[in-house]
Amino acid sequence: MHVHRCDLCHIDLDRVSVRRGGQTLLQDISMHVHCGQLTVLIGQNGAGKTTLIRALLGEIPHGGTIRHVDNAGRELAHLTRGYVPQHLQFDPEMPLTVREFLACSMTRRPVWTGVSKKIREEVNQALRDVEAEELADTPLGRCSGGELQRVLLALALHPAPDLLVLDEPVSGVDRNGLKLFLDTVTHLKKTRHMAILLVSHDLRLVREYADHVVLLEKNVLTQGTPEEVFRSQEFENVFGTGEKEEEHREGPARTVDFRIALERHQDGEEES
Amino acid sequence: MEGIYLIMDLLLPFEALRFSFMKNALLAVLLLTPLLGLLGTMTVNHQMAFFSDALGHSAITGIGLGMILGMRNDLLAMLIFGIVWAILICLIKQSGSASTDTIISVFSSTSIAAGLLILARGGKFAKYSSLLIGDILAVSAGDLLSLAIALPVGIGLWAVMYNHLLITSVSPSLARSRGIRIRLVEGAFVVLVAVTVMLAIRWVGVMLINALLILPAAAGRNLARNSRQHAALSVLIALVSGVTGLFLAYSQDTSAGASIVLVAAAFYALSLLARRWRK
Repeated sequence: MHVHRCDLCHIDLDRVSVRRGGQTLLQDISMHVHCGQLTVLIGQNGAGKTTLIRALLGEIPHGGTIRHVDNAGRELAHLTRGYVPQHLQFDPEMPLTVREFLACSMTRRPVWTGVSKKIREEVNQALRDVEAEELADTPLGRCSGGELQRVLLALALHPAPDLLVLDEPVSGVDRNGLKLFLDTVTHLKKTRHMAILLVSHDLRLVREYADHVVLLEKNVLTQGTPEEVFRSQEFENVFGTGEKEEEHREGPARTVDFRIALERHQDGEEES
Repeated sequence: MEGIYLIMDLLLPFEALRFSFMKNALLAVLLLTPLLGLLGTMTVNHQMAFFSDALGHSAITGIGLGMILGMRNDLLAMLIFGIVWAILICLIKQSGSASTDTIISVFSSTSIAAGLLILARGGKFAKYSSLLIGDILAVSAGDLLSLAIALPVGIGLWAVMYNHLLITSVSPSLARSRGIRIRLVEGAFVVLVAVTVMLAIRWVGVMLINALLILPAAAGRNLARNSRQHAALSVLIALVSGVTGLFLAYSQDTSAGASIVLVAAAFYALSLLARRWRK
């Protein structure tokens, strides 16, 4: 794998807007996601975080531009994206191992005919990269939330992305699991050539791990280093004081589920 | 054809296979069940059992419409209507306007009613009742040829689309982010299922076709630990059910389609027990 640090290229979002059904979901989002940095999107549910991710992934049409540019503003080659979704909607009883799941996006050979030795080695390497080699023969439906997140990360890293988009799960992974995951991501940040964008709901971990924080509420309320953003008036307006930070993360599960449902509804996410 | 019969006589010197209609039926079972078994794995994993059921029902409307339009070839009418019907259900499902099982149920009952309305005109439905229960003993050499073409083509297409379909069934948004055209993949899958169902329906019958698609895959799923085992077990159970059911029906002088499905159902019951026992 080609490894070098690069602080020179970035993903440049210029006045990105998304409208749907006469409603403005995102308005004039301008920000950079720098290579070699962990940029974290925060905001209330319904603030448009998922919509922004979908625009970045090219799933929905948007106004403004999203470009992959070098330091001088010259456009670079095609932007390869890696994506770790927040959750999967699959039948957990499905007979499908982690190895097969990863193999099916590395080769066209149908996995029901088996996995070749070469692909098998590639899968092992991909799992080693996220410290999850022991999961290879585990059925996908038996993986815990944290394990699944690692498997999805392994998948998102193949082929090597220029932009890695991580949508942090709201439930199913505890704080320790998230920390472990973010440690892996931090290691990747230092050793690989890519820009990383994370949507996070855990403000305490954001403070600890982020290089750049963007507070979203249909548009960018404020952005900067974690200290700058967490001290800002805009942050307090959105999240209130320190105590409320915790509430935001660890509030009653039903409320959170309801909020997710509402956000999905507002973002128009349909994954049926 | 004579050459094949000769080989069968040599290899399978069974009393039941004296008749060429039994030889044809056996060949039809051997050609049809592997494809149904393979496609069934994804139908079950993709939670589309109800969908394929509705698809089977649409065959009645297909024949009815073919009759109105003056089409001589029943199979062609069924194929065209089945494909259109499958794509329609798929499109409405993807637009997400109502819950999927409701949509499918609406399509299923509408197609049965429309088909009955057309075919029952002037009290002529009895002519078509064989469509409901199927008649595998009526397979001709020409039919076998079309099945012999369908099997490798179907497996080939299935192999090409499988990996993409699998990622899509785990997470559509993940699949999209990896550049997979999920509408195209899902569309290709439902068309392949539609064609296979329509090819099989005259031999197995509208009422039983879905069982043959679902039961082997569901039984295989109870036993399999990975998708390779799932595919292998599903095909094996479909083949064994098909052959056993056919000979049972011959010896008991009853419906072949029903016997095949009951054998598959027995496999399913056993697989459930085995699964419990393993846990």
